[in-house]
Amino acid sequence: MIQTFSIASYLAVKEVWRNRGRFLLVSLVIALITLLVLFVAALGEGLGNGNREYLSKLDADMIVFQAKSDNVIAASRLGRDRLAAVRRVDGVADAAMIGTSSASLILPGDDEPLKVAMLGVEPGRTGEPTVLEGQQLSTDQASEAIIDRNTAIRSSLAVGDTLTVRTTQGTRDEFFDLRIVGISDGQQFQLQPSIFVPFFTWDRIRSKSEAEVNSLTSVGNVILVKLQDPAQLEQVSQRLVAQVSNIETATLTKAIQALPGYSAQQSTLNTQGGFTLFIGILVIGGFFQIQILQKVAQIGVLKAIGAANPVVAFSSIIQIVVITVIGVLIGALLTFSFSLFFPPTVPIVFNGTTSLIAIIALLLIGPLGGLVSIRYAVRIEPLKALGLSS
Amino acid sequence: MKTYALETQSVIKTYQSESGTIQAVDDVSLQVAAGEFVALVGPSGSGKTTMLSILAALLQPSSGKVVLDGQDLAGINDIDRVAMRREKIGFTFQANNLVPYLTAVENVELMLRLNNKLDKTGKLRARELLARLGLADRMHNLPGQMSGGQQQRVAIARALIHNPSLVLADEPTASLDTERAYQVVETFAGLIHEQNRAGIMVTHDLRMVEFVDRVLLMQDGKLVRIYTGHSEIMELIQGSRH
Ligand SMILES: Nc1ncnc2c1ncn2[C@@H]1O[C@H](COP(=O)(O)OP(=O)(O)OP(=O)(O)O)[C@@H](O)[C@H]1O
Ligand SMILES: [Mg+2]
Repeated sequence: MIQTFSIASYLAVKEVWRNRGRFLLVSLVIALITLLVLFVAALGEGLGNGNREYLSKLDADMIVFQAKSDNVIAASRLGRDRLAAVRRVDGVADAAMIGTSSASLILPGDDEPLKVAMLGVEPGRTGEPTVLEGQQLSTDQASEAIIDRNTAIRSSLAVGDTLTVRTTQGTRDEFFDLRIVGISDGQQFQLQPSIFVPFFTWDRIRSKSEAEVNSLTSVGNVILVKLQDPAQLEQVSQRLVAQVSNIETATLTKAIQALPGYSAQQSTLNTQGGFTLFIGILVIGGFFQIQILQKVAQIGVLKAIGAANPVVAFSSIIQIVVITVIGVLIGALLTFSFSLFFPPTVPIVFNGTTSLIAIIALLLIGPLGGLVSIRYAVRIEPLKALGLSS
Repeated sequence: MKTYALETQSVIKTYQSESGTIQAVDDVSLQVAAGEFVALVGPSGSGKTTMLSILAALLQPSSGKVVLDGQDLAGINDIDRVAMRREKIGFTFQANNLVPYLTAVENVELMLRLNNKLDKTGKLRARELLARLGLADRMHNLPGQMSGGQQQRVAIARALIHNPSLVLADEPTASLDTERAYQVVETFAGLIHEQNRAGIMVTHDLRMVEFVDRVLLMQDGKLVRIYTGHSEIMELIQGSRH
């Protein structure tokens, strides 16, 4: 067994080395496929992350939506009165209302205003991101803002600066100044960098229709709920729906899936990645099959002079694995060095797990593609060495 | 009773084809002793390659016995058959003889490697043998960098390095010009006699039988005549010149 393996690897390595130009070419093709797959995965991760980042980092077990809003945050409208009702339900540890909207951040100079997600959150409660620098929001009505890292990078604003947002209220553009008290980590929401303001400040300055401008009641979008016991999700959810009128509930995961375009985008990118892998299998399979066809006589000789079938099979497998590993390594290195040159605004995120899965899948395409050719090699008759067939 | 390195009894090989049954080898009994070099000749289609494949343990005869070194090839399984080829038989083929990605010396050493016998002395012997065959300065050339005659000589070294009982050569001179062909066969014959192997060479070219001890003539699958002794063989060669 060990002897079989040592002869097989001897033959495999010699063959690869003496034909290194040709094999390197195949490795480079695998490297390009690797590059492509890793980038598609990173793009999927980046886009997905940009969409869901705020939601996925939330410390909440459940989201309460207006009934029939299909778990779409922007489609849900909940009045302040619901918040108190939700808090009274058994099993709810804490609940906080959030409001979402878009706004333009006016930048100094001639720069285009920066489109941001402006979220109204309750200071000190779930939904308000933790700052990495500066302080949390102080009160419900303060003219303060926390900006996320993405906003900070793109606007060059710092803690202590004053930012100006432009919103549309009725038919007029309105400008509001807010003092930046803190900067959080990345908290993108629906592919926009975000700023967080106290809920009542948000309700005052957000874009609204003429009717809303004159309304006295404040309305948010959804209520984030933390449970006393996360295992009771199902029961508390039933109680909420029973005791608070006109609502529905969803987990964070469901809410993320319901983000506009999120699922469609992810499945498109996954399909793309899958297809690239599939093409990889075909390319490698084709290459090794052609190579085997050219090697019939040579393999016949090996078998005739006494190389057993396992030697021939192992040697092919080792070759394919070596070529694939080298290709994937080159591809991963290429990807890594390219990624260093991408500006932070490009939505590309290399997630450890996703990259690992992609790399494992890539390492499998060689052996998978080569399967047919290995089978073929094993079946070659040693009589071929004499130019005969049986 | 004399024991032979190789002995066959009534070997028959039939092929089925659309036009009926072909007797590729028809009742061939032969013996080759150690230290004896035999040529297998005959017209195209007479069954030489088929017979050689049977002797090489590459092809099962339809009936009959092939005994190599006292062991009956018919009675063994596939794995032992491969081991038999590796340990007891040396080969040279007409074309594509060598492993193209191994150098001359690596090709010769491969035979020892396969037998798990590649040690210092083995490496030394491989080099000595190649030197004897006039390839001292070609040891580290790949087959693609050698002439046909040089490749055949490397194949001869490979066929002998592991001390096989039987050495088989299929048309070793097919791709060589006359002068080189003589050289190759002469060296081959010399080594077979010197190392006391049983050697069988299939050839088209009757001029090449000058260096063999016996000539077996096949026709339509049958062994029709055996030429023994220098004078008979020389007659055969003379006859072929007309
Ligand atoms: N696989 C096969 N199937 C059917 N018939 C075969 C097969 N192999 C060989 N034959 C037939 O057996 C006979 C002997 O063939 P073989 O190749 O042994 O002849 P040969 O003496 O080596 O000829 P040549 O000098 O042309 O190489 C021929 O009639 C050939 O057509
Ligand atoms: Mg033939």
